[in-house]
This record gives sequence, structure tokens and C-alpha cells, in this order.
Amino acid sequence: MTDTIDVTINGEPRVVAAGATLLELLASLELDPRAVVVEHNRAIVRRPHLSGVTVADGDAIELVHFVGGG
Amino acid sequence: MSTAVEALRDTPFTVAGRTFHSRLMVGTGKYQDNETMVRAIEASGAEIVTVAVRRVDLDRTKESGVLHHLDPRKYFLLANTAGCYTAQDAVRYARLAREAGFNDFIKLEVIGDQETLLPDVQGLLDAARTLVGEGFKVLAYTNEDLVTALRLEEAGCAAVMPLASPIGSGLGLLNPYGVRTIKRRLKVPVVVDAGVGTASDACLTMEQGVDGILMNTALASARDPVGMAHAMRLAVEAGRGAYLAGRMPRREVAVPSSPLEGLLD
Repeated sequence: MTDTIDVTINGEPRVVAAGATLLELLASLELDPRAVVVEHNRAIVRRPHLSGVTVADGDAIELVHFVGGG
Repeated sequence: MSTAVEALRDTPFTVAGRTFHSRLMVGTGKYQDNETMVRAIEASGAEIVTVAVRRVDLDRTKESGVLHHLDPRKYFLLANTAGCYTAQDAVRYARLAREAGFNDFIKLEVIGDQETLLPDVQGLLDAARTLVGEGFKVLAYTNEDLVTALRLEEAGCAAVMPLASPIGSGLGLLNPYGVRTIKRRLKVPVVVDAGVGTASDACLTMEQGVDGILMNTALASARDPVGMAHAMRLAVEAGRGAYLAGRMPRREVAVPSSPLEGLLD
């Protein structure tokens, strides 16, 4: 029984704690949940629901925000 | 009686029921530093500023988030789908942008060719229909083709944005007739997006009667972006004013300005 899982965040392989929620994942990355939008396995997870979604082995997570653009 | 002040009176610039005080919209990309960007946007007088959706830099090698520098209460943030080559990607980016929570406007780009960044009009129409169906206010970046513009309007786009010339090219308004024709035929606002290089381009573009201009590189890549932003603000106002005032007819022959009577023998 392992206490970590392998996920992909923004295209990069990452090892995170098993059982972590998306909100805990953001905290571990020192990201303000108000400043990012989270996509979990291609589905957007709204801010109020971040604490209710647990990350599973093999999940793909995208964390995006606004940058300069035309 | 007509006065100079009355001649400058204009109808408000309204997109999807929202009225904006400036007909110049600016991007936030490619500035050498954020302080210059902020000062240039200020000098431009723009209210609508465009932003892109990208991954957060997890390693924090750089602070790429634009909202650290722009006050979203002061500016209307218009997210784009730049970099998308399919309708599905553009829809995905638009949904992510809306989730950021500022508004449901989206500047829709579906690019069809890497070298010219010209739009894929089939993908554009597909994405526009999907996003309109989801309640987005779609401002569609397109080429200067009238039929595509008409289809985008039929699809429910809030504004149609034909290019002056390719993105980042600075080649100016290559097809004034095409842009003028789109403006004449559409009911929704027409905003020229991309290709304006300098103030005369902006002025000439506004003289076609379009509702506004969106530009980025013309400011960001000017030697003095703040100075160019100020010049663009004046050019957009001048071009709009000239359009409203109505230019004199072009003639192939000279017509004297001074009387022919009273000349000496």
C-alpha cells in the first residue's frame, strides 16, 4: 500500500499524496484557488467543489490562469 | 445649427448590451515588461483589454499571471482562444476562461494556418455555434470575407472582428473594401482585429465606419509603446470623427478652391 499516487499536472508527471483533494493539491503547490481555474480529467471543477474532489492515480489535471495576450 | 461639438457626437459603442466608452481595445501580450504594458493601456484609453488562457507555471520561474498587474474592476477583461487550431480546443479554452469568473464574453479565434495565423472559418463557425448555445457573448476573429461574417452573425455572434492584415504583421488595412462591405451588411458591431501597425492605419480603418479596433503588437512592439498608445487613441478618435463627418468625394480632376471670377486680365 503506497501513500502517493502518480498524476499529470499541466502535462508534467507529478507524485502527490494519495487521498488529496483538488483544494489540497492547490495548497501543496502554493496556488490561490481564486487565481486559477482547475480542469480535472477534462472537466472543469468549480471553486466550491474543489474540496469535494479527490485526486486518483493517473488523473490529468490542468491549472490555468490569464496571461498577457492579444 | 451645427457646431463642431455636435459634429463629434456619436452613438455609444455597445456589444451584447454592454456599452463601452472607448472604441479602441488593446491586448496585453508581448510587452517587454508589465509596467510598460500598464502605462500603455492607460495611455490608450482602452476599457476592453484582451488576455489569454494558459497553464500556470508550477515552478514559479516567472510570474506570468496578468491579473497581478491589471485591475479587473478597472478594465473589462476579454479572454481569447488564441493558439487554438480546432473548434473543440477553442470551446475548451472559452469554458476555462469563463470559469475564471469575470464575464461571459469570449474573443473566439480558431486558427487554420501556422504561418499566416489566418482563421479556419469552418472551425470558427462550429465553435461560434457551440459557444453561443452555451450563452457566451462571442466576438469572432475572422478574415475580411463577407459571407463568413454573415454566417457568424447568423450564428449569434455578438460582434464580428475581421482582420486588417495578419496578426502581428503591422501591414495595415489591406482590404478596405472588404471591411467596409462587412460593416455595411452586418447589424452586429464590427471591430477590426489585427494587423494595424501605426496611427495612420488605425485612422484609415476607423474611416471605413467600423465600430472599433483591437490591437496589441502595434503598441507592444513600438519603440515607445506608451507614446504609440496615445497616438492610437487620437487616431481612432480622428478616424471615427472623419467617418461621422463624411469625407468629400474623390475626383480625378482638380477643382479650384479660389473663385474664378475677379481674376485680372
